[in-house]
Amino acid sequence: MGKTLAEKILTDNSGGDAHAGDIIIARVGLAFVQDGTGPLALRQLKESGLEQIANPKRAILFLDHAAPSPSRELANDHITLRQFAEKSGVQICDVGEGVCHQLVAESYANPGEVILGADSHSVTAGALGAFATGMGSTDVAIAMALGKTWLRVPESFRIEVSGRFTNGVYAKDLILHLIGKLGADGATYKSLEFSGEAVLNMTMSERFTIANMAVEAGAKTGLFPTDETTQTYLDSRGRGASFRALSPDPDADYERVITIDASSLEPTISKPHSVDNIALVRELAGTKIAQVFIGTCTNGRLDDLAVAATILNGKRRHPKTRLLIAPASSDVLKEAISAGYIQTLIESGAVLLPPGCGPCVGVHQGALGDGEACLSTANRNFKGRMGNPEAFIYLGSPATAAASAIVGEITDPRELM
Amino acid sequence: MILKGGAHKYGANVDTDAIIPARYLNVSEPGELSRHCMEGIDGDFLKRVKPGDMLVATTNFGCGSSREHAPIAIKAAGVSCVIAQSFARIFFRNAINIGLPLLECAQADEIEQGDELEVELEKGEINDITKNKVFKAEPYPDFMLQLISMGGLIEYTMKKIETRGV
Repeated sequence: MGKTLAEKILTDNSGGDAHAGDIIIARVGLAFVQDGTGPLALRQLKESGLEQIANPKRAILFLDHAAPSPSRELANDHITLRQFAEKSGVQICDVGEGVCHQLVAESYANPGEVILGADSHSVTAGALGAFATGMGSTDVAIAMALGKTWLRVPESFRIEVSGRFTNGVYAKDLILHLIGKLGADGATYKSLEFSGEAVLNMTMSERFTIANMAVEAGAKTGLFPTDETTQTYLDSRGRGASFRALSPDPDADYERVITIDASSLEPTISKPHSVDNIALVRELAGTKIAQVFIGTCTNGRLDDLAVAATILNGKRRHPKTRLLIAPASSDVLKEAISAGYIQTLIESGAVLLPPGCGPCVGVHQGALGDGEACLSTANRNFKGRMGNPEAFIYLGSPATAAASAIVGEITDPRELM
Repeated sequence: MILKGGAHKYGANVDTDAIIPARYLNVSEPGELSRHCMEGIDGDFLKRVKPGDMLVATTNFGCGSSREHAPIAIKAAGVSCVIAQSFARIFFRNAINIGLPLLECAQADEIEQGDELEVELEKGEINDITKNKVFKAEPYPDFMLQLISMGGLIEYTMKKIETRGV
């Protein structure tokens, strides 16, 4: 029997033959925490006396969730993380450098390795063919100290995507559609493995958007095979040498195969308060929106800002709708400035926030008022997520977000394209 | 080990923002975290909960963020275990790592708010005294039983280092 991508990568990193259902000890290629989960990880290391880090060059602390700090307490957490980096030699990405998952993609993740992040959206690096998964602070702390973790080799679902997106439809619409189909726990403990013509045609940025949200169906990881697009991306980041060709065996065993025709998809949206609560954008047309947020590890990359700038070019946001933009990294910000997107967005009435998680997790910047609705390009719309349980969060593509900012109501972007 | 307590019943997809909102992530002291436990969905929880009580839910309990603060807050609030039809995977690992027992039980939906429960962890048996019914939980894989019996991941790792190096 052939192997799935998950089985192949975990075989390579465990020194044994890894099959779905096995419990293995795997070598961890990269381990990271962020400013929400990091202090607890450091506390665990300190209490257990395991402060010697196995590979400090491959252990990273990110200050992104509450950066710049909104309070004295969080500023003190940042000091703790900086001091640990200085003492232990681990890497640190400080305030304004960007969201951990974007920086991992740009500068750290290698195809074929196991990546653990103390953040659920660590699955993003699966787009580069890394077995990337989120864990809690203690698990990641131990992985930093030992360079190893224990894993149950997951069963895999193959997601076969044929056809091409029609105008106004994006990777975000595809992954929202898939989560609606699977349900919020439809892929719990599983690996999602993407394949098919539409996947081959996708840019790296689109693949990151899709892998990023695998966890919203409960999945342990969301994997893409590597190809020329992967190689070109790694080359562009000066990391071409880390490329490895990775694909599943043709006779690999999948628990489920789900087929989606990309050409049949329409702009899709997730309604409050659960990501699998899916509708078509046109079905919700007219819903008033107080705030539009474009950014995050899901949709805060250059092509996302390009789509938004194209739609907003020469137009203004609705006077009753705030428009917040947070590029996913400082490199994205610099490129968006060079390309003129930032100028266009600001002329349309947007507020530019520093690269980082921004309003997504509700600890600083852009918290919502009672009864307000936000259309966000993020990945999660749980009650209270953006700092207020009395608010309502809709999730959509950057195109849907830009169109809705202009009209002040949920709007199908095809009407403005 | 036998646990005894009343059931606090919830539905599907109880997420980590409901268990402990992100604004408390800068807190890592368990006692202080416990003062905000379930604040996102159940404002009266802390007034009702008594030591030993159990959380009972249907599917996908603990979905969402990787924050270990969620099982820490539940444990520190005095909850003795969580019973659900299914758990989100990061929450599952986190709970085991910090020593909060979880029981995966297909019939968890039959347990109601306020039912008096008695749980025998080793056997995976849930006795609903109010309903006079016994439910069976899924057994843990051997490796996880070892982790649990040693008291969590840190203790397991320390033991391994002591006995043969890692």
